[in-house]
Amino acid sequence: MKYWHIFLAFFIPGILGYGGGPASIPLVENEVVERYEWMNVQEFSEMLALANSLPGPIATKMAGYIGYDEGGILGAIIGVFAAVAPSLIIMILLLGFLFKYKDSSRVKRLTQYVRPVIAILLGVMAWQFFAESSEGIGIWQTALITISSYLLIERMKVHPAFVIGAALVYGGLFLG
Amino acid sequence: MKTHWDLFIAFFRIGMLGYGGGPGSIPLIHKEVVEKYKWMSDEDFGDLLALANTLPGPIATKLAGYIGHNVSGFFGMLNAVFATIFPTIVLMIILLTSLSSIDDLPWVQGMTAAVIPVVGVMLAVLTWQFFNKAIKGMGWLQTGIMSAVIFALLYFLNIHPGIVIGILLVIALVRKDKGNKEDKTKQQARSEEGQSS
Repeated sequence: MKYWHIFLAFFIPGILGYGGGPASIPLVENEVVERYEWMNVQEFSEMLALANSLPGPIATKMAGYIGYDEGGILGAIIGVFAAVAPSLIIMILLLGFLFKYKDSSRVKRLTQYVRPVIAILLGVMAWQFFAESSEGIGIWQTALITISSYLLIERMKVHPAFVIGAALVYGGLFLG
Repeated sequence: MKTHWDLFIAFFRIGMLGYGGGPGSIPLIHKEVVEKYKWMSDEDFGDLLALANTLPGPIATKLAGYIGHNVSGFFGMLNAVFATIFPTIVLMIILLTSLSSIDDLPWVQGMTAAVIPVVGVMLAVLTWQFFNKAIKGMGWLQTGIMSAVIFALLYFLNIHPGIVIGILLVIALVRKDKGNKEDKTKQQARSEEGQSS
């Protein structure tokens, strides 16, 4: 039953995550935090921070780690398989067909229509993270870290891995 | 054997260097697959990318799997996907399991508390990028109305996002509009051009 749940928790985000790996982040959160309650928001955000600061595809890193956490090596294999296999199989099978229709407005609309859903799911998650942080370390610390990390990542184009590293040092020194 | 080794090394490098999730590794895939090993032409790669983007699921593994399959069949596919994802998953499991064993120390708790707003910022930026693309594609008005309806469905009626996405996909495929007609005439024009040249 557990393995079946692991499969479902990553099969659904994999098959619905239009827009690549990042689009499946809120869908994974929906399964892992809200439906199966394997992690709370805090644990999920820690995992996401680490996953973001490591190289490689994000969706499979989450599937591998959460699968391992819940069901050991077999759980990791099942999670990754569920995240990767369905869309890959569709791609290999349907490629000729899709190549023929790739300019059709219907096929283009698929990604188009899903974007607002993903945006809202991501936006609500961002909001949850800020709310959680205000509760934990207060609104001023949250604002300080938020603004400086925004400036560093978006304005000064510092790689997120370094910003996360700096946040870890700051938190270890001043928020412990 | 050499091909399998090449496949493994190419996608291993891609996996280990692709910071920023799957999309971050697209230029690296291009470099290995088109420039270094010449498994595909530049044009084929562009087509493949466009198509992979219209299908659901993680982008890096779709590309790795398809290219691996093209280069040396089923085992090529397994090899390329494995090389892309395995090293970083192992890193992640080692780091997270060792972190959680020292979770009770106050300075460790301070560290994790400080990271939450940073992830919040990254998610907010991603949110903005998705909205921005939606607005470019459908305009302010349609994006605004759709977003409001979707928000109500997800958070007031508590409908699973999968169901909302499923319904939208069906609408996208079934809906007829002028765009479709224009598209057909465009396609026709293109094929006629192709014939005449």
